[in-house]
Amino acid sequence: MVKPTRVTNAIRATREAAGMTQADLARTVGVTRQTLIAIEQGRYSPSLELAFQLARAFGVGLDDLFDYPGE
Amino acid sequence: MVYEERNIWASLVVSVLGVIVYVVVVLQQAGGAPLVEVDWVPIMLWTIGGSIVGAIVISIVWGIVAGMRDPDGVGKSDQRDRDIAHMSTRVGQAFLVIAGLGVIVLCAFEADWFWIANTMFFGFALSSIVGGVASVIAYRRGLV
Repeated sequence: MVKPTRVTNAIRATREAAGMTQADLARTVGVTRQTLIAIEQGRYSPSLELAFQLARAFGVGLDDLFDYPGE
Repeated sequence: MVYEERNIWASLVVSVLGVIVYVVVVLQQAGGAPLVEVDWVPIMLWTIGGSIVGAIVISIVWGIVAGMRDPDGVGKSDQRDRDIAHMSTRVGQAFLVIAGLGVIVLCAFEADWFWIANTMFFGFALSSIVGGVASVIAYRRGLV
């Protein structure tokens, strides 16, 4: 059983608000569409570098895109 | 399905089939006689060679078919592919270590070369199969 990550993200909502498709965003940050889908669904935790690239693609900060709940 | 996942599926299917074919051929050649009397070298070399060629051929053919549907995805890999590959290597490596230790023990007891070679062969096969299964699960269920 894969342990779910506690990091959640608002990539899908932000992407849809920006009018971008998964293919557009994947191309912008240099990953496959399947990887972007896995990130949006919380099945893959992106590296810090990729997280910054995603935030930069929307012109927002990391905290606006990712959330890590406190204890 | 991404390029790297297709390669893993191709390698996994060929590895499983290769092991099954190898076991069947060796048992047939033995025909009830002790296994150490089987001329295992050509069978093992053909299995290894066939598995490598088979995996390459399946990857290429599958890649061509998939490329016709999604030209952008051909040959593309990213950070997630590399992370999954690292995890798969770590998982599979345990079986190589077990096989290596098994070979040392067999050598210490001066076992027949058949058992020494086959211990290493099945170590490689198990490492490849278990690593492949771990990769497929990571692609399907997630890697976090």
